[in-house]
Amino acid sequence: MTKRKTLGNIAFYLGNTLIALIFVSPLIWMISSSLKPEAQIFKGLNSLSTFIPTGASLSNYAEVFQRINMWKFIGNSLFYVLVIILLDLLVNSICGYALAKFEFKGKNLLLTLVISLMVFPAEAIMLPMYREMADLGWINSWASLIVPFVAKCFSIYMFRQFFLDIPNELLEAASIDGCGPVKTFFQVVMPISGTVYATIFILDFVAHWNDFMWPLLVVTGEEKRTIQLAIQTFFGSKPINYGPIMASLTISAIPMLLMFIFLQKYYVEGIAQTGIKG
Amino acid sequence: MHKSVNKVSERKAAYIFILPAVVLLAAFLIYPSLQTVRYAFTDYNIMRPDRIVFCGFNNFAELFQDEDFWIAVKNTLYFTVLVVPFQTVLALALALLISSRRKGVAIFRAAYFSPQVTSMVVVAILWTVMYNSSPDSGLLNALLVNLGLEPCGFLNDPNTAMNSIIFMSAWQGAGYQMMIFLAGLQGISAEQYEAASIDGAGKIASFFYVTLSGLKNVIQYVVMITVIQAMKLFTQPYVMTKGGPQNSTRTLVYYIYEQGFQKRNFGYACAVAAIFFVIVISLSLGMKKIIKAD
Repeated sequence: MTKRKTLGNIAFYLGNTLIALIFVSPLIWMISSSLKPEAQIFKGLNSLSTFIPTGASLSNYAEVFQRINMWKFIGNSLFYVLVIILLDLLVNSICGYALAKFEFKGKNLLLTLVISLMVFPAEAIMLPMYREMADLGWINSWASLIVPFVAKCFSIYMFRQFFLDIPNELLEAASIDGCGPVKTFFQVVMPISGTVYATIFILDFVAHWNDFMWPLLVVTGEEKRTIQLAIQTFFGSKPINYGPIMASLTISAIPMLLMFIFLQKYYVEGIAQTGIKG
Repeated sequence: MHKSVNKVSERKAAYIFILPAVVLLAAFLIYPSLQTVRYAFTDYNIMRPDRIVFCGFNNFAELFQDEDFWIAVKNTLYFTVLVVPFQTVLALALALLISSRRKGVAIFRAAYFSPQVTSMVVVAILWTVMYNSSPDSGLLNALLVNLGLEPCGFLNDPNTAMNSIIFMSAWQGAGYQMMIFLAGLQGISAEQYEAASIDGAGKIASFFYVTLSGLKNVIQYVVMITVIQAMKLFTQPYVMTKGGPQNSTRTLVYYIYEQGFQKRNFGYACAVAAIFFVIVISLSLGMKKIIKAD
């Protein structure tokens, strides 16, 4: 039995290590190439040594920062994504709370609407949305990147599902203590709902950090350029040197990587929840 | 008395609470949706916003004659039909590989999930470089030559360009579905496997009768979200191929973008968008119905 167990362990670790290495090899190659001198990148592609950065240096990274304002583009993305998230957390959580705990006219209608609008593909409405931004004078402004994406049916639904489980006794106790419904929400409910806020935070972050099509339409200059647009532009701008390109890709992945290191638990929970509650 | 005062203040609070979300949804989801339908029946050109003429079903009639539109439909469906099973099976296989309570599982999980942490644009650029059709500058062709195979055109060849995008997309996306499967696998208890083995089920039989049947709902859900996501394909062809070569990777969303913003046929693009909208909504409603029926 123990022998079988040991064999099983060996198979598990060996198999997974091998598969994981193959799986992440493109990313290893990206990082390795970002550290190599340009001439070395496409040398010896046919041997495993292509994954090892010989003569490693950070000069490609220096070149990226010299040629484009990488900090600014990362800052732009962080700024608009974080503003979306903060507004999303506020606007959608109060709406979800009302749907979970308050009685009011039109409640069922609103809930049905929220659930059916969840499947609306944003790609199908971006043309009139663009026109709307133009009418509002919002093209190439933060508002066009932020305002249309604050209210989200998915977030409202997630918040509602979470708040449904909060015991009514707790809310009644707060009301007996003289808290109005608004105060109850902000002082009693919000502080004990950290998990759902963290989950929406990270799901939102991943979704909007990856925004590509919409910024491509509404952002025209360098001033508000997002990181995704920046690396895409950098990829096509001369001189085309692959070392700096790989460096720019690596840099742009760092903020999300950091976010994951800290909030991974909530992200995994969020994905799992959406799958099970579906 | 106290109760009814409470009810009134509760109702007031409710309207305050829903107001911002309702206003924003109305302005940036419902209004543009209705506008899509409206513009679809006009000859709106982005250069002449002051002159929008209603033109009935002209756009739709034109669409049915438009070969490029049908190619876009075909490409989108081709991508969806292939990427969904490929990515789902890959995700399930990865989840099964690491559904164990051993030490160090978190490292493997992180590895399989890592393409998700890098954005789609990053991955698309990286693979464009790796897919280079010369074995001297393309990592994958160097590998093929090493294995004694012919080098492949990948993104340069209309026959392989979409398949190359499919392969990369499945690699990038599988980690997400893997996480959902892992959660689903935790819902299957050890007793169910024991019961199956007492009934004389071997490894393969218990995989089919316990694992797969226990994951049925999760698999349906994963297929649903993957189908919808696949239908929206845009970033990969935009970054990697610009819809080429020979239109082989031009998708519906890409076509909407091209007609609306590059050729400035706003009305026509809205007609494509309206059809795209109908396809996506009916697919998701249809799949929801199937899931509910079980």
